[in-house]
Amino acid sequence: MTLEDLQELSEKEQQRQSEKKHRILYCSAAGCVSCGSNKVSDALRTKIKEHALEKECEVIGTGCLGLCGEGPLVKVQSDNTLYQNVDVRTAEQIIELHILNNKKVEQYVSDTTKPFFASQTKIVLENCGMINSESIDEYIAVRGYEALAKAINDMQPAEVIEEIRKSGLRGRGGAGYSTGLKWGIVSKAQGEQKYIVCNADEGDPGAFMDRSVLEGDPHRVLEGMAIAGHAIGASQGYIYCRAEYPLAIERLKLAIKQAEKMGLLGNRILESQFNFRIDIRIGAGAFVCGEETALLQSIEGKRGNPKPRPPYPSEKGLWGMPTLINNVETFANIAPIIRNGSEWFSNIGTEKSKGTKVFALAGNIRNTGLIEVPMGIPLRTIIFDIGGGTTEGTEFKAAQTGGPSGGCIPKEHLDLPVDYESLAKVGSIMGSGGMIVMDSTSKMVEVAKFFMQFCMDESCGKCIPCRVGTRHIYGLLDKISKKKATQDDMVLLEELCMMVKETSLCGLGQSAPNPVLSTLRFFRNEYEELLQPVETFIASDIAVADFEK
Amino acid sequence: MAVKTLTIDGQQYSAQEGESILSVARQHKIPIPTLCNLEGLSTVGACRLCVVQIEGIPKLLPACTTKVEEGMVVQTSNVKLNKYRRMIIALLASEGNHVCAVCVANNHCELQDLAYQVGLIRVRYPYLYPKKTLDATHKEYVMDHNRCVLCTRCVRVCDEVEGAHVWDVAGRGINCEIVTGLDANWGNSETCTSCGKCVMVCPTGALFEKGANISEMEKKKGFLKYIITARQKKEWVYIAND
Repeated sequence: MTLEDLQELSEKEQQRQSEKKHRILYCSAAGCVSCGSNKVSDALRTKIKEHALEKECEVIGTGCLGLCGEGPLVKVQSDNTLYQNVDVRTAEQIIELHILNNKKVEQYVSDTTKPFFASQTKIVLENCGMINSESIDEYIAVRGYEALAKAINDMQPAEVIEEIRKSGLRGRGGAGYSTGLKWGIVSKAQGEQKYIVCNADEGDPGAFMDRSVLEGDPHRVLEGMAIAGHAIGASQGYIYCRAEYPLAIERLKLAIKQAEKMGLLGNRILESQFNFRIDIRIGAGAFVCGEETALLQSIEGKRGNPKPRPPYPSEKGLWGMPTLINNVETFANIAPIIRNGSEWFSNIGTEKSKGTKVFALAGNIRNTGLIEVPMGIPLRTIIFDIGGGTTEGTEFKAAQTGGPSGGCIPKEHLDLPVDYESLAKVGSIMGSGGMIVMDSTSKMVEVAKFFMQFCMDESCGKCIPCRVGTRHIYGLLDKISKKKATQDDMVLLEELCMMVKETSLCGLGQSAPNPVLSTLRFFRNEYEELLQPVETFIASDIAVADFEK
Repeated sequence: MAVKTLTIDGQQYSAQEGESILSVARQHKIPIPTLCNLEGLSTVGACRLCVVQIEGIPKLLPACTTKVEEGMVVQTSNVKLNKYRRMIIALLASEGNHVCAVCVANNHCELQDLAYQVGLIRVRYPYLYPKKTLDATHKEYVMDHNRCVLCTRCVRVCDEVEGAHVWDVAGRGINCEIVTGLDANWGNSETCTSCGKCVMVCPTGALFEKGANISEMEKKKGFLKYIITARQKKEWVYIAND
């Protein structure tokens, strides 16, 4: 495979697609599959066969179409009609009315002019819901692997790193470290072998961004990793994916096989001297393995316990070798940056946070689903325009970002621009992109208790503050929520939170108290309402007893 | 090897490049409490007792794993650090079933010593009283999980010095427990050489010799230095127990 072959393949595929009068896309990501999109696709195919439309119509499974709350979703690509809540009956109607008679099935048509669709900017998700997620040809037809060819053929590794640095891309896993700087450090580190690791251990409750990218556009992640391999001089990559994402793993495996067959991965990629292999490693259900040092231990086949940093993985990572670890979404941003240039990318977003961010909207919100917005967009726009506000009859109370490591943002901060620094200022974090919206019915003590229970269960048990501290914080929250606590318990709670935050070994423990601290910051009254009054009843009991003597 | 100069608690010291803050502090008799750390075993930075404040770094860092750097200004104790250390020991006390009065290691227990050292007067957290087991299937030793503080010294000494790797950690979070082999009885372990190293490095009365009565289990840790010096320097020197 050479660049010319790649272009030829792309033209051939575009030609093939243009010959079809209708491309009917159905969402084959986990959300829609779980509400029956496979039955819908079967019905579509049966009807097409029945009416002998095979030549002009094709039915394609794509990645996430975004509006997960209204699934299964079906899209007729020729006139951009999106159908929501499609069942077998509707699927048959789509063929019989829309395809055959050009009459839309109005009651199921989703309004694609509404802000949910119009206010988004898609880079990472540009192919999600546009192409067949299981076909490398379709990925190549939308300029796939062009960036890899450009990087290998026309760019020195240092130039690739410089381009990424100039783009201003920051790690999408949560901490927001500059991707270009990280690549630079690993490329300069000494080691006979270097590794690329893709962190796909997305474990935050309510987060499904990485899953959607892997399910909808796996080749984009592979391409990003291969470019990184070229840039830092690595010949081996690992994708560490959690076992709870079987569909993502299946599609990744298929994608790797397809890319290897075409010479886009493996030895002598695009007939150059560059070799790069990608293997998948599957997690065993521990949240802490999303922490980079624990993740590396797990890949090495050991118990997934974090290790103290430094040494950072960029100096001593997998088997003691320099290792580059980036999140799925970070790798998904690489190909477009190389293809379109760093300037194009750095024009999107704010001064310090460039590009877009994918968010998984969940909770008490009208439009549950997957969105991609430019950095710096006000939180209000995300929740009220794109998300459509909270569900009927309730009032917005707070949005939780960053999962169990993040915090709540109350309504007085609704106009906050969503970027790394602004979120940190109000005590939350960008995190990997889960956004849980809470309305007036949510009790903040319960929210804090839920996240603390999660952290307590997921603590690896290595360091004492996290192992025992989270257990006691949970106990205190439980006591408060059962109205058995006093002001003394509040003092204990706050002390423990600060101690666990400051002394824990890894990010899990250091950020575990965040949900408590941020709810205390904005909703302290909810805690105090549940407290027992100072032990007056005991004093009066004694007084009565004395009197009776 | 380059020499680095650093300030610890207002006093200047010189140290070898690559040395940890803890090692420098030990050489100069600066007291930093530790639990999981034991000279001769790998450092894991797990107990967090040795966290120190370093000027210019917002996070507290463990002295055992942090390497010295030129011009570093370290504070090994202040109001906050002392409070956190007390809290860590209090958390340990509340986590297990530690009853000194009936313990084989009473008066020879590092947890007890640490409680004195950090000035723990009372434990304000509710005692968890976990249901733990006791493994007395080994012919010479006993493992009492009630007294285990999960410092993993036994795991490391068995793996790194004896080379048997009988012990490991199972479970998560508060449910973590030290296990023999794949969670078998210690007595049935095919890898255990009955060398007793784990018993001697255990800081509490969790691992003890059969037949030891209250306060009778004195741990002799000197052997570790003896073995390590012999292996690394090929010198067989007697080192008294410290």
